Amino acid sequence: MIDFIQTIVSGIAAGSSYALMGLAMVLIYKTSEVPNFAQGELALAASFFAYMIMESFGLSFFLALPCALSFAFLLGCFLEFLVLRRAKTPNILSMIVITIGLEMILLGLVSWKFGADQKTMPFPISPYDSMAIGNIFISTLELVTVFVVLAIMAALYLLLRFSKMGLAMKATQQNTMAARLMGIRANRVLNLTWGLSSVVGAIAGLLIAPTLMHPYMMWDPLLKGFAAAVMGGMTSLPGAVSGAFLLGIIENIFGTYISIEFKAVVAFAIIVIILCIKPSGLFARHYVKKV
Amino acid sequence: MKMKRNYYEDVQMFTSGVVLFWFLTLLTGLFLLPLVVKNYYVYVANYMAINVIVVLGLNLLVGYTGQISLGHAGFFAIGAYGTLMLMVKLHLPFIVALPLAALITAGFGFLLGLPALRLEGPYLAIATLGFGLTITQVIGRLEIFGGREGLHAPDLTIGSWRLDTDIEFYYLLMVITISLALAARNIVKTRVGRAFIAIRDADIAAQTIGVNVVLYKTLAFAVSAFYAGIAGGLYAFVLRFIEPEIFTLMMSIMFLAMCVVGGVGSMMGAITGACLLSWMDLQLRNILNLPYIGAWLESISKTYFSITGVSNIQFIVFGLIMILIMTLEPLGLFGLWIRVKKYWKTWPF
Repeated sequence: MIDFIQTIVSGIAAGSSYALMGLAMVLIYKTSEVPNFAQGELALAASFFAYMIMESFGLSFFLALPCALSFAFLLGCFLEFLVLRRAKTPNILSMIVITIGLEMILLGLVSWKFGADQKTMPFPISPYDSMAIGNIFISTLELVTVFVVLAIMAALYLLLRFSKMGLAMKATQQNTMAARLMGIRANRVLNLTWGLSSVVGAIAGLLIAPTLMHPYMMWDPLLKGFAAAVMGGMTSLPGAVSGAFLLGIIENIFGTYISIEFKAVVAFAIIVIILCIKPSGLFARHYVKKV
Repeated sequence: MKMKRNYYEDVQMFTSGVVLFWFLTLLTGLFLLPLVVKNYYVYVANYMAINVIVVLGLNLLVGYTGQISLGHAGFFAIGAYGTLMLMVKLHLPFIVALPLAALITAGFGFLLGLPALRLEGPYLAIATLGFGLTITQVIGRLEIFGGREGLHAPDLTIGSWRLDTDIEFYYLLMVITISLALAARNIVKTRVGRAFIAIRDADIAAQTIGVNVVLYKTLAFAVSAFYAGIAGGLYAFVLRFIEPEIFTLMMSIMFLAMCVVGGVGSMMGAITGACLLSWMDLQLRNILNLPYIGAWLESISKTYFSITGVSNIQFIVFGLIMILIMTLEPLGLFGLWIRVKKYWKTWPF
């Protein structure tokens, strides 16, 4: 029984980094219906930026953190302004291709600058510390990640639900033209959304970096986070988080009890199966297109 | 202006003598190519031809049926492993194994097409992406497929003809590529292709006028997978050795990039895009050896970047191309060609 609970706890811990990426993707998808494949590399750029300023200027982590987050915000805004807004035919295929293009550019730049070898990120919490609650062990970093996820989810939920900005984002998504007529600067809303989601992604990157830091480190969290967001319905923040936790738990249970070898596969197999049964994800109402 | 007077003029293979002439010129050029260039360029041509086959298939799916696939590396892998397994384990001759493996791949395409019936946009993207990743992972972990060690390709013989050199393989590849290109063009021009296009433009409208959406969507996936399967089987013999690490997500992305850069929804676009990007892919792999740019890049890398990561410039180049095409000319190189042609045809107006 202890084993089983331990498996579930580790699953939630693993799911928390997917959850952050999922939240970031949902945020962008909610306002502009763009599945942002560049999310992972935005986070990658921010983490390596933090690493760079810590290495070369000797800044402490708590000074580097706000720098990295503001860098992420500016990068997100800048890319939206420079690239996404210029798309001629904003349909789903071209948006996917553009964000993949951005992803490749950022990946190329980061790995050109830093090479492909593993780096160690100076981080206040060592990834090897762990805490025991009863007989269940969880590493301190993972515990922090779980709480950060829940805090960010709550903050984003409050932002979207109760602030003017959240209302503007919802309006932009539902009908951009009408939103413009009501005096909402739709472009600025999109721009800020990109910045915000880039910050959320960067937090994920910074929390992943202490355990694993090389140019391809964000691929797995990005894809799993995307999968989790899709599982949760792509438009719901709690859906993305619970999807991510569910994905982490299923993955870990599968890895412990069925086959450790196919652990990496099971997430995507499950996604395909879930999408077959519920095409709009588990937590979203089925979206019916008007003709 | 030239008008079409009946249906058969619309579907005929060569619309005019000019087209026929250029087609024959192309055939002659392709036939003479290995006799005049160095062996390396024959290898390059083989690599291009394989990508052309995949992209022709992908274009049927993305360009004509309007679906998205980020999992074509999976189909490619099934084709490659299928062909080799059928040849090594069941001792089938190549000429049987290749189409058989491609049919198996088409079966997988059909299976992937089933969930795709109900999915669109990002949901379809993640489903196909997941499919591609799953296939590669499963193949890499099963002992029967050689696991991480990979598989070696056996000798390639057709009847009593042994294909040892790149040049011999080139002729085989060209025959297959050209027939598949013509087949794709015929699919598009006739009933099936019109159904694909109708689904792309408005699937509900297509359904109301009697297009069997279920059949044609899954068919599009199956046909596309068939092309990828054939290409995969041939690719195994270009490399002579396959391992699961070849068939990555990046490969699927590159196929999609080729399709988009060439121009979605046009045959010539698919072919040009595939040729251009695969040529660039080969060139950029050893970017420091390029004339003029190489030395400059080396000095930049040493001052501002790192020299170990210099090969990653190819990602930057491909990313830039994808973004520029999408922001400046969404129809790709083919769109550019159309624009230039129109400009000169109507000049000075």
